[in-house]
Amino acid sequence: MKLCICAGPATTGKTSVLRHVIKKLITMNLKSAYLKIDVQYAEEDELLASEFGIPTRKIYSGELCPDHCNVVVLGETLEWAQSVSSDILLVETAGLCLRCSPYVDGGMGIIVLEATSGINLPLKVGPMLSLADTAVITKIDRVSQAEREVFRMRIQDVAPSVRIREVNALHGIGIDPLVEQITQMGDIHENMLLRGNPPVGTCTICVGKKEIGWKQHFGIVRKLHGEVFYQGE
Amino acid sequence: MVKSITILPGSNRQGNPEFKESIELKMGNVISIVGPTGSGKTTLINDIELLSDGTTPTGRRILINNALPPADYRNNPSRNPIALITQHTTFLSDLPVHEFLFMHARIRNKNDQHVSELIQKTIDFANQLTGEPIITNSKMTELSGGQTRALLIADAAVICDTPVVLLDEVENAGIHRTRALELLRRHEKIFVFVTHDPRIALLSDFRVIMKEGGIAQVLYTNHVERDFAERVTKLDDVLGSLREIIRKGERLTTEALEGVL
Ligand SMILES: Nc1nc2c(ncn2[C@@H]2O[C@H](COP(=O)(O)OP(=O)(O)OP(=O)(O)O)[C@@H](O)[C@H]2O)c(=O)[nH]1
Ligand SMILES: Nc1ncnc2c1ncn2[C@@H]1O[C@H](COP(=O)(O)OP(=O)(O)OP(=O)(O)O)[C@@H](O)[C@H]1O
Ligand SMILES: [Mg+2]
Ligand SMILES: [Mg+2]
Ligand SMILES: [Zn+2]
Repeated sequence: MKLCICAGPATTGKTSVLRHVIKKLITMNLKSAYLKIDVQYAEEDELLASEFGIPTRKIYSGELCPDHCNVVVLGETLEWAQSVSSDILLVETAGLCLRCSPYVDGGMGIIVLEATSGINLPLKVGPMLSLADTAVITKIDRVSQAEREVFRMRIQDVAPSVRIREVNALHGIGIDPLVEQITQMGDIHENMLLRGNPPVGTCTICVGKKEIGWKQHFGIVRKLHGEVFYQGE
Repeated sequence: MVKSITILPGSNRQGNPEFKESIELKMGNVISIVGPTGSGKTTLINDIELLSDGTTPTGRRILINNALPPADYRNNPSRNPIALITQHTTFLSDLPVHEFLFMHARIRNKNDQHVSELIQKTIDFANQLTGEPIITNSKMTELSGGQTRALLIADAAVICDTPVVLLDEVENAGIHRTRALELLRRHEKIFVFVTHDPRIALLSDFRVIMKEGGIAQVLYTNHVERDFAERVTKLDDVLGSLREIIRKGERLTTEALEGVL
């Protein structure tokens, strides 16, 4: 089985891209399963299940960063996808924390960005972009050719090793090369690891300590002026 | 070197096969694409720009020099032989004009030493087409609809300077269309105009007629039309000068109006 993790800011077109990917995979007689991880609301699982009759699931990450949630549940999701004899598991996640990335080694990482977003977006999404295998640029039908090319270069400047695909996810234009890339990657293996280095430290804020000011916190902290440092035992 | 582009037909919106023969656009040709609103004109030039390989909804295929175009043309903007001026009248990026052009010049032209020269040429070109000149420090998002189109045309002509130029309804841009045509046609290229404009249509070698999303017919400009073209141009110039007077906020004089007759 293969694994493909698809991340990107809200409403960039992740589901639209995956819909066309699923459609194409079906014509190739490949079975896909789909998992959506979102903070508090998602309906893609029902839509895709009814449209394509494929096994789908969703998970609300709630308090957890969706990317962290993804890491925690991915093991069991892979087991589930295998139990329904899928060829490819597609995971859509609304990566929100922008410090970590949801991709794992042994699976393909796709970030979906929209050509209509600010030209500085590629500079802001951090490891979600730099650790991806492929950046898919959607909504190319909404901008001029010149703007599309400048947006593409912004991504290339930030992440020179990431492959770029431009698509119109409404009409499925440009999807085929992406599907080819997905079908050509290797199968998943045991003990897959999260790609890159997760953000430093275990954060006391994330675990619910609300006091203001670095003196109130443990782990990796920082002052307004100066470097980060470790406080605690 | 691009010598020709070939459109291998696909299907119309109903999924029925469109025009049966392939259509060849040769270097130096001017082609018009005509048809009612929603008939698929923009879709056709998008297919050309995407070097569509049968995987767009129309199923059309595009050949360059009678062969499958190299993948590089699509994936590397510095090798893309096609410039497309879309119907968009707004930019979404809030970069200053000169910074945007600088970046685009870097993408399209590999040699860096002439970039500032190119940018100046682009702005000068654009300002010949607009009423109020473009200020290079202003943000792209602040440009008016006409300024946006003018800048896109100038960018295509000067910065992209490709052998193939596709233009989507330049006449609707509120810019000096005749001047744009004049400036553009100084270089030998393949020009494809999506247009409703008789002047542009008659200047073409042939026109592709769109209907219900498909190519319905190809009409070569015949003798009658060619003979007529000169008069259409004159008429259009007269109307153009009236438009200019109105635009400037002046009154139409009897003298100016006599030109109409
Ligand atoms: N014009 C155009 N619209 C698009 C394109 N891709 C997506 N859209 C539209 O953008 C909107 C959001 O698309 P989705 O696929 O739901 O985006 P998403 O990233 O899955 O969104 P969330 O899962 O809610 O974060 C929808 O209205 C799509 O129709 C595209 O290439 N062109
Ligand atoms: N061959 C085709 N098959 C399927 N859909 C098509 C086809 N051609 C066009 N369409 C669809 O029809 C719609 C209108 O097409 P398009 O925008 O190209 O029209 P147009 O002639 O440029 O219109 P306008 O004059 O308003 O600019 C689009 O949504 C497009 O995707
Ligand atoms: Mg979605
Ligand atoms: Mg159109
Ligand atoms: Zn996180």
